[in-house]
Amino acid sequence: MASYVLSRSLQTVLTLFVMSILVFTGLYLVGNPVDVLLSTTATPAERLEVIQALGLDKPVWEQYWLFLVKALSGDLGNSFVFNQPALTLILSRMPATLELAFVALAMALVIGVPLGVYAGIRPKGLISKSIMTFSILGFSLPTFWIGLVMILLFSVQLGWLPASGRGETTDLFGVPVSFLTWDGLSHLILPAINLALFKISLVIRLTRTGVIECMQLDFVRFARAKGLPETRIVLVHVLKNTLIPLITVVGLELGSLIAFAVVTETIFAWPGMGKLIIDAIGRLDRPVILAYLMITVVMFSLINLLVDILYSIADPRVRLEGKPQ
Amino acid sequence: MSTDIQTDNSVHNRTTGNKPAARSPFRETIFALLHDKLALTGLIIIAILLLAAVLAPMIAPQNPYDLTQLDIMDNRLPPGSRSMTGAVYLIGTDDQGRDLFSAILYGLRTSVIVGISSAAIALVIGASIGLISAYAGGRTDSFLMRIVDIQLSFPAILIALIFLAIFGQGIDKIILALVVTQWAYYARTIRGSALVERRRAYVDAARSMALPDRRIVFRHILPNCLPPLTVVATMRVAYAIMLEATLSFLGIGLPVTEPSLGLLISNGFEYLLSGDYWISFFPGLALLLLIIGINLIGDALRDILNPRREG
Repeated sequence: MASYVLSRSLQTVLTLFVMSILVFTGLYLVGNPVDVLLSTTATPAERLEVIQALGLDKPVWEQYWLFLVKALSGDLGNSFVFNQPALTLILSRMPATLELAFVALAMALVIGVPLGVYAGIRPKGLISKSIMTFSILGFSLPTFWIGLVMILLFSVQLGWLPASGRGETTDLFGVPVSFLTWDGLSHLILPAINLALFKISLVIRLTRTGVIECMQLDFVRFARAKGLPETRIVLVHVLKNTLIPLITVVGLELGSLIAFAVVTETIFAWPGMGKLIIDAIGRLDRPVILAYLMITVVMFSLINLLVDILYSIADPRVRLEGKPQ
Repeated sequence: MSTDIQTDNSVHNRTTGNKPAARSPFRETIFALLHDKLALTGLIIIAILLLAAVLAPMIAPQNPYDLTQLDIMDNRLPPGSRSMTGAVYLIGTDDQGRDLFSAILYGLRTSVIVGISSAAIALVIGASIGLISAYAGGRTDSFLMRIVDIQLSFPAILIALIFLAIFGQGIDKIILALVVTQWAYYARTIRGSALVERRRAYVDAARSMALPDRRIVFRHILPNCLPPLTVVATMRVAYAIMLEATLSFLGIGLPVTEPSLGLLISNGFEYLLSGDYWISFFPGLALLLLIIGINLIGDALRDILNPRREG
């Protein structure tokens, strides 16, 4: 176990290292930050000064080294627009995004797993067929467009739910959250459903496939032979075996929810990191772009690492893979 | 030899004991698609949309990007309105006074071009890497697959975001960004099936004839890996189109001079709250039809081309 965790951690560090090189090369070398910072009327002397101030006259590897040292100490530069440290800015927006992503993930599981189990037990039934049709629709509906339709229907036409913002927030362990007040909750519902829709379809399909495969295995036949009630077979034996592969998916999907929150946040003006990065790209606010990319990459790598470790606990075959029996 | 070794995906050959070798696997597949109700619906939708996209300059009532044909007085007219000159705007106009129907036809063009070309490039790159990985095996294989794993652990939209934040907007850049996000799926798929094919007798036979490796990989193994690749490619085209629309909607994909469906939807977004729903709604409907059509075909293809399917 320890050696597995160690080798996976090393791999994560390596991934982060490679990603930091890619992002650094991309943002610092492909685009020229000097052109962005200077006005077109700048004299060559001013130009030289900026180049020296940014350390652009140093060799590339040294620039990268400086960038890395600063990044590790938490200094990713100041936002051009907000004139605050980019890192602080991103971190202050992070709770909103995480709240949205977690609520969406919970929705996907609470709605997706039961529907998937049902569709798996009676694959030929009419309700199962409708569930599967819904899931195809969920895959095909472009998230941003369905978001607009939701606003149109529930905010503009019916006037039931607000279309933008986060509403009233309360502090939970020092972190502002929306779901504890009615106002906050009413702001949260539409964006969370919007973000969850795709994942609900995914969870339905995965659970259904898992259940169908599981139902054909010997242990189910054995449980039936023992005379166990069908509900117990499905809810205990089959579900347990179906949920293991779901761990990986759920972990990876949490990451993807955080990334796709960019879209939902833009539509519903949800004040999270996704909204921030889109605005930053629009305004060429390099330090914020850089900070967002580095933070999400770190976050993703950690989630992936955690999922792999959890998975190896749940299914020992993974960490024993390749070892002599 | 191609018909003999591809019996896996030709259902009829298998059931009739391989007698009539007249139908090629390709024609078998088309035949099966036409006999599946959902797939046929998908094919009809796609055929109409593709035709509309190709013929857009001919069937569109106006060229929505020729400024001389636009009348700003006609802006944001609801569906069915008449223009100053008496023409009917079937589904209304946008904020520039553009006929939305024409704009959608032109937008479809852009979306389809971006989707198909990015999928094609990603397929060629991904398939080559996957084949090399499977055929070479050993360290090359584990190195290449590690890269694929790492890449697939990051969501496509994040990778596209990084790419576009670095290189900026443009139709060439978005195609590249989509290629970067998609190649790994093809590589993994084809590696999986190539690993199986590599152990087949016909590969040994080809080797014993001392055929060069390149010929074995591309002329013998590749054609046998096509069925699963076709399924993945279909689904990926749909995904590429959706991702492009999403990125353009966010304002980081295509520039305003290359109006895709995503951009049209984005244009209408600001008027949505004031009730002018049609500017966003109809381009979205076109996008939805396009994606559903492709997915229906993809779903059916997966069933048809799956060698394990029942019956």
